[in-house]
Amino acid sequence: MDDFKDIQSCQYEISESNDGEITIYLQGRIDSTNASQMIELFGSLIKDRRPVALTVDLKKVTYLDDFGALVLVELKDMITAAKGQFNLKNAREEVLFILNSGALSETSPLIKVRPPSMFIRFGDAILKFGTEVKYQISFVGSVCLAFVYSFLHPKTLRMDDTFLYMQKTGVDAVPIVGMISFMMGLIMAFMSSIQLQMFGANIYVASLVSLAMTRELGPIMTAIVVAGRSGSSFASEIGTMKISEEVDALFTMGFDPTRYLVVPKIMATVFVVPILTLFSDVFAILGGLTVGVFMLDLTANAYILQTLKTLSLFDIFLGIFKSAIFALLISWIGCLRGFRVKGGAASVGQATTSAVVSSIFLIIVFDSIVAVMLTFLS
Amino acid sequence: MEKHKIIQVRDLTVGYGTDIILENISFDILEGEIFIVLGGSGCGKSTLLKHLIGLIPPLSGQIRIDGEDISNCNETTFKKILRKIGVLYQSTALFGSMTIAENVSLPIKEYTNLPQKSVETLVKMKLNMVNLKGYENHLPSEISGGMRKRAGLARAMALNPKILFFDEPSAGLDPVTSVELDNLIIHLNKSLGTTMVIVTHELQSIFNVAHRVIMLDKQTKGIIAEGNPMHLKDHSENPFVRNFFNRKSEN
Repeated sequence: MDDFKDIQSCQYEISESNDGEITIYLQGRIDSTNASQMIELFGSLIKDRRPVALTVDLKKVTYLDDFGALVLVELKDMITAAKGQFNLKNAREEVLFILNSGALSETSPLIKVRPPSMFIRFGDAILKFGTEVKYQISFVGSVCLAFVYSFLHPKTLRMDDTFLYMQKTGVDAVPIVGMISFMMGLIMAFMSSIQLQMFGANIYVASLVSLAMTRELGPIMTAIVVAGRSGSSFASEIGTMKISEEVDALFTMGFDPTRYLVVPKIMATVFVVPILTLFSDVFAILGGLTVGVFMLDLTANAYILQTLKTLSLFDIFLGIFKSAIFALLISWIGCLRGFRVKGGAASVGQATTSAVVSSIFLIIVFDSIVAVMLTFLS
Repeated sequence: MEKHKIIQVRDLTVGYGTDIILENISFDILEGEIFIVLGGSGCGKSTLLKHLIGLIPPLSGQIRIDGEDISNCNETTFKKILRKIGVLYQSTALFGSMTIAENVSLPIKEYTNLPQKSVETLVKMKLNMVNLKGYENHLPSEISGGMRKRAGLARAMALNPKILFFDEPSAGLDPVTSVELDNLIIHLNKSLGTTMVIVTHELQSIFNVAHRVIMLDKQTKGIIAEGNPMHLKDHSENPFVRNFFNRKSEN
């Protein structure tokens, strides 16, 4: 017979009878601090000696919680697997209480949900896609209806909110848009000047910068900044409202969530993003001008004249028109993703990511379509 | 034998900035008792709880858990204290992206070396204990409010902490579910000897489960009653306290 040995705050003693029965005497506390060591130790004991029966004596155990119960359950499993018998001795009332709270009776580990077969998942994906498309169409419909209603009843339009979003989306974005555009103008002028200088065509830097920025890069850069700043915030705002049941509250108070939440956002964005684009154009031309004056020995006057000569009103309006459509796409997809949030915090994050990614994708797609159309028309 | 004072609060002043909510309060919580903090709305019950679990440092005074001063100790000691406590938040704070079983197994996996199979068995036992058998693979959003509370309780006691804190456990539950939760609290207190600190104003569960209560008051910014609720109900000197326990209005 061994002497009492120590694991953390629990002591044990093992005795083996002649006919292959092992008795473990436990003493002290069995809890979360020593459960894993005990399972390991007694597990290897069972493996090595392969007893016909294992008896656990709990006479001197002072404390046993469900971690302790786990030890007993694991031992019972192991001895049963080794075709032995499991006995419990001197378990006090509290201990039995714990064991009966569904420990010894229920020993199977968790059943993992298996991923279903490929065909089921494929079908599932198609069904999901179908409901998603259906929802998007119905969302377009409800946004259109809400807009019609707001135009027919201008008083119901939430002006305060609209102005607030105008400030958040437009005014607050001026510094970052201005800065990015200025840099873009600078870079473009610099890169093109390297090529054009070889032909002594420095003055055409002004044409290139102004045309490229007003027609293409100005609207796109602005839209991407707005998608990152405001599209994401729309999605997370509505998404958070959705999971904290604020959207449901609006609905039960008789507000149409689309009219209340979506219309001000779309109105404000579509109104301010074109203006933001104009700012972007001006800052880009200023960037080009800086390079022209300080590196290419052009006079400011000549640069501006060349810019004015190149730009037609059509170019500027085309840029503004495109940016208005971009704004519509950004705010629409932001709100849509927000309304699709379900469950918890992770879903809000997903919606935000998806809002930004889809807006940028749609911006580029729409821009390409316009570019192709214009090529065929002219 | 004198019972061990597991939580000692001395001259505690709590508040936000210059806005003082409770001033110079002192009380003890004994090991193994069910202790209820109660009081009218806005008297600082939840704020007191947030201080007891170390989320907010006190303006002045001392909070000792198992002998350690939690507002004035180093990181390692604080981590050790956190292992001794479990909290059931009012809105349960289950992680929405994880299943119930994953929520419960998170602390077990982090703080013990049990093999995966044993962790799963243990999680099942824990969920059995709170009567959530069969809901292991559900997401928190897929089960009812009462079930979420019980799942939150299973997670809070995943490591069998010495002290369990409850913030309004029966808020938003129907009477039957509420009583079930009370019984579960009593059961756990008996079988594991866990100290329970409960913030609530649900009279029925106060009478059902409490060994001792303290009552906070907004006007005096302190404790206006302490003791056994049954005793306070009939024998308190303060008429406000008697009214509270007997559900009478002031007039």
